[in-house]
Amino acid sequence: MNETMKRKVIIIGSGPAGLTAAIYAARGNLNPIVFEGNQPGGQLTITTEVENYPGFPKGITGPELMDLFREQAQRFGAETVFKNVTKVDFSKRPYKVWVGDEEYSSDAIIIATGATARLLGLESEKELFGYGISACATCDGFFYKDKKVLVVGGGDSAMEEALFLTKFASEVRVVHRRDEFRASQIMRERVLNHPKIKVHWNTVVEEFLGSKESGLTGAILKDTKTGTTREESCDGTFIAIGHTPNTSIFEDIIELDDNKYIVTNPGSTQTNLPGVFASGDVQDHKYRQAVTAAGSGCSAALDAEHYLETL
Amino acid sequence: MGENVIEFTDQNFESEVLHADKPVVVDFWAEWCGPCKVIAPVIDELSEEYLDKVKFGKVNVDFNQQTAMKYGIRSIPSLLFFNNGSVVNQIIGSVPKDNIEKILKETL
Repeated sequence: MNETMKRKVIIIGSGPAGLTAAIYAARGNLNPIVFEGNQPGGQLTITTEVENYPGFPKGITGPELMDLFREQAQRFGAETVFKNVTKVDFSKRPYKVWVGDEEYSSDAIIIATGATARLLGLESEKELFGYGISACATCDGFFYKDKKVLVVGGGDSAMEEALFLTKFASEVRVVHRRDEFRASQIMRERVLNHPKIKVHWNTVVEEFLGSKESGLTGAILKDTKTGTTREESCDGTFIAIGHTPNTSIFEDIIELDDNKYIVTNPGSTQTNLPGVFASGDVQDHKYRQAVTAAGSGCSAALDAEHYLETL
Repeated sequence: MGENVIEFTDQNFESEVLHADKPVVVDFWAEWCGPCKVIAPVIDELSEEYLDKVKFGKVNVDFNQQTAMKYGIRSIPSLLFFNNGSVVNQIIGSVPKDNIEKILKETL
């Protein structure tokens, strides 16, 4: 059996929240270890230009910004590990965290696992994900030069994806289940006025067509008003229907709200378990910004430091 | 790029990959792809650890679209595992080293 590795603080997640927590915890001599998960750097690593992060008046790319965060955390001794936490046990202290077969324990845990793009939940979507279906236009838009793509969704991120895809695709069709977008006015207008983009209102995807061999070839769309279905051919589909928090390993372990976000005490990063703190998008469905995530990561490290002093 | 990681191109893909005398891991990537940068050091590490058993290389999709198209690449990073000239496994997206190593062992 493997030996348990004891740490003062364990940080799960490596976006702006996790790495800011790591900077503060490391400077507080808490010798933190950061489990970076599948996507070191978090959601910003699949964006292009970040124009609203303070301190970068000329903008910076998401991956570059996150490299700087990591470098800063490492400078003060934070250990960052490109591994996934697979299981936790918070039933008694010290709390346990497993990374595959490796077992770690700590009295203080900071959860900053963030959120992932939500998917429609169709079998055919799962089958064809990566074979024509994507949740990241900046990653995969390149493969649709002069092709036809669908974008599913009606919020700001759907508008961004649709506009970005016009750089490559010959036709972009936005499929939206309502008769108006909830996106901000500026984004809405850019989409509605774009010559390459058309919108299918009151429409949902019933099924995706194609196979791994052929790739995605089309979708069955349903008009929600009339109930009629039709086939629409396309080479790619980008899903942008919001996010879902990465909390599956914490279910029935810490308190989550109805949408599976971690519940924290108002004005604090404290969860329902003493010594377990949550920061960033995993507990914030309202602001979801890099700078707010970084802010709450700082709070989590300070809360953890204070908590450890009381033990 | 690690010194054991070869640059595959539309021109050399057939000789370097399809006619290789051992299994080959091909990493499809591009300069503008954030998750590709995450996976690159993992590929470098694996290429050293499996030096004699497996050949590792990269295809830059910006300059080698023929190969990317031939293998239906529509999302990067994509790792394709070749054995005797055909694809035996595939990983799409950036995943930790353990996951890649698991698939790699299945390929051997």
